[in-house]
Amino acid sequence: MRSRNVDEQKLESLIANLLRAGVVLSAFVVLSGAVMYLGFHPWARVDYRTFHGEPDELKTVHGVVRYAFSGDAKGIMQLGLLLLIATPIARVFSSAVVFAIENDRMYLLFTLLVLAVLLYSLFGSFLIV
Amino acid sequence: MNVIEFTFLVWTGSLVAGFLGALTGLGGGVVLVPLLTLFFKVDLRYAIGASLVSVIATSSGSAAAYVKEGFSNIRIGMFLEIATTVGALLGAFLTAKVPASALATILGIVLIYSAFVSRRTRPRTETPDPPDPLATKLKMNGTFPDTSGIRSYNVYSVPTGFGVMFGAGALSGLLGIGSGALKVVAMDQAMKIPFKVSTTTSNFMIGVTAAASAGVYLSRGYIDPGLAMPVMLGVLIGSLMGTRVLVKTQTKLLRLVFSAVIVLLGLEMVFKGLRGGF
Repeated sequence: MRSRNVDEQKLESLIANLLRAGVVLSAFVVLSGAVMYLGFHPWARVDYRTFHGEPDELKTVHGVVRYAFSGDAKGIMQLGLLLLIATPIARVFSSAVVFAIENDRMYLLFTLLVLAVLLYSLFGSFLIV
Repeated sequence: MNVIEFTFLVWTGSLVAGFLGALTGLGGGVVLVPLLTLFFKVDLRYAIGASLVSVIATSSGSAAAYVKEGFSNIRIGMFLEIATTVGALLGAFLTAKVPASALATILGIVLIYSAFVSRRTRPRTETPDPPDPLATKLKMNGTFPDTSGIRSYNVYSVPTGFGVMFGAGALSGLLGIGSGALKVVAMDQAMKIPFKVSTTTSNFMIGVTAAASAGVYLSRGYIDPGLAMPVMLGVLIGSLMGTRVLVKTQTKLLRLVFSAVIVLLGLEMVFKGLRGGF
């Protein structure tokens, strides 16, 4: 039986703050994009009945970043959503750092495995779509 | 519908879904896909994409609170996330291969199942079994704050839990839901982890699991910012409100009503799916 040590409490409070900050930041970016999106073409018709897929610039990480920094409203909203997706990834990364500091090799390996799956999904999965 | 009307209505619907989901503990994510497809006539793939994004928002938002209180077990979560993320990746790839009507039918069944299963608690055994060697080796046994001080617990049946988690991950990736109900079943029923620790650790894992399929969804073009924006903002605000109110209200009747709504939406998804309506 194991009791909570100081390191673990630090890890937990770090993770809690990280998650909160990520969600707040992404909500703020999405909201900024939303204001532009609603302001620029409020009366345009929307139709999601049929699936067209997204344009290429909204489908990859670098495409979204470039599109958002060009000032496009949809790009900015998508960037906010990307920040949201990045939040749990940052959470896993910070756990990896803490397990490395604690010298817990077994859990460092587990964490790196999870991290590899997450990074593959975000950066590598378009290769075999 | 124009952009303003559509955004406002989807935002309001998502807010209510997030609020009721948090208040009743059933999760708002499960009703989002039926809400978007049945009421707003959104294509299933766009609906799944938007739902998945909002699942990350609510999971990360509420997990922040639970982690700080010391309920979630980060080691259990991290170990089981190996299973859920690999499952989610597989599920997300399958989404493109499985016909939409089949996806809708599966989602309907999961909805009905989750309405019945999620709060059925296991009777607590008075004499605890001896610690499980594998769980001990994996350093999973832990403690959590209870009304009577710090309580310690042991973890059992790790391989079974790991297997169920793989399935939970695959369903999450396939349908864009958190599949929290199944995660709790794996931890509470199979691994005999205390209910409070199971639910909070599950919540903590949902975001990571969803992030594993989000990348695939993004590159497939399932995530549309115009749709995901009102869904994500609505569910996030709704669930934060729901968690605030949660402590003050008696939610038994509300739970019953919301469960009934979930079952009805599930049945509608199954029937429409079987008729090939997606």
